[in-house]
Amino acid sequence: MTAESHGHTNYVKIWGILLFLLVVSVVGPMLEIPVLTLITAFGIAIVKALMVAAYFMHLNIEKRYVWYMLISGLVALLVLFVGLSSDIMTDTGKNWEDCIATSSCVEQRL
Amino acid sequence: MSLAKPIATTREVTGIPTGRLAVWWVIASEIVIFGGLVTCYLLMRLNNVSWGDEASHTSTAAGATNTFVLLTSSLFIVLAHAAAEKKDTEKAFKFIWYTIGMGLVFLLVKSYEYTTEISHGYTIFKSVFWSFYYTATGLHALHVIGGMVIMGIISMDVKKGKELQRVELIGLYWHFVDIVWIFLFPLLYIAK
Repeated sequence: MTAESHGHTNYVKIWGILLFLLVVSVVGPMLEIPVLTLITAFGIAIVKALMVAAYFMHLNIEKRYVWYMLISGLVALLVLFVGLSSDIMTDTGKNWEDCIATSSCVEQRL
Repeated sequence: MSLAKPIATTREVTGIPTGRLAVWWVIASEIVIFGGLVTCYLLMRLNNVSWGDEASHTSTAAGATNTFVLLTSSLFIVLAHAAAEKKDTEKAFKFIWYTIGMGLVFLLVKSYEYTTEISHGYTIFKSVFWSFYYTATGLHALHVIGGMVIMGIISMDVKKGKELQRVELIGLYWHFVDIVWIFLFPLLYIAK
């Protein structure tokens, strides 16, 4: 990446915005509103991560090939999530026991 | 044995320098490593609301401090990269060591946290939540240590004005380590 290609990025300004977002992500959940917590904690985490990737890692001007590589990693995660969720999130069906309802596995799952 | 550079480091097919391409591949594979851990954590957590009680024992202040420290270290390493591109080796060297310093601060805060938590009985064996906590933050801390060691080695060449492109390469890795923490912070410290 040449100096000319990202010479106009004001890194200190990006850092300032990231710190502001950090403050919002800490203060937001203190209001104890679940939806607001989701937005301020996790929504802002995604925004912060994208800003670091775009401006500090220069993904905004990186070749598309790199995007494909990174997206392939994220797709693998999605497959993992979907594949596992049906097992972890379900407690019905053959040979399943609702151990939370019978309180027989609460300790184990903590 | 020849000390000439391997030919793979001097050619490029994708239009991306080979070194940078290699680091992007490392990052793509790291996405699966950390992402797999985070995915499993999310699935378990969604199924076990009581994990919120366990998470209430982590220190938000320490987590926020470390987020600040890593974001600042990311600024320093990108400034080192900008300086390296301008062939300002002295400035690049200085900013690399500022980054290493911030890495050290991160580890000190983490050590303080671990000590406090362990002394209160929250060890890796206490529950599945704490197993996840120590595995995720421990693996992340190992990446921080690895990055600091590599930066120290690279800085020696930078001082001599050699291999300046490596500043960008270690920068990419370091920013990724920062991004991982950006996600670990709300998962382990905010969602209580």
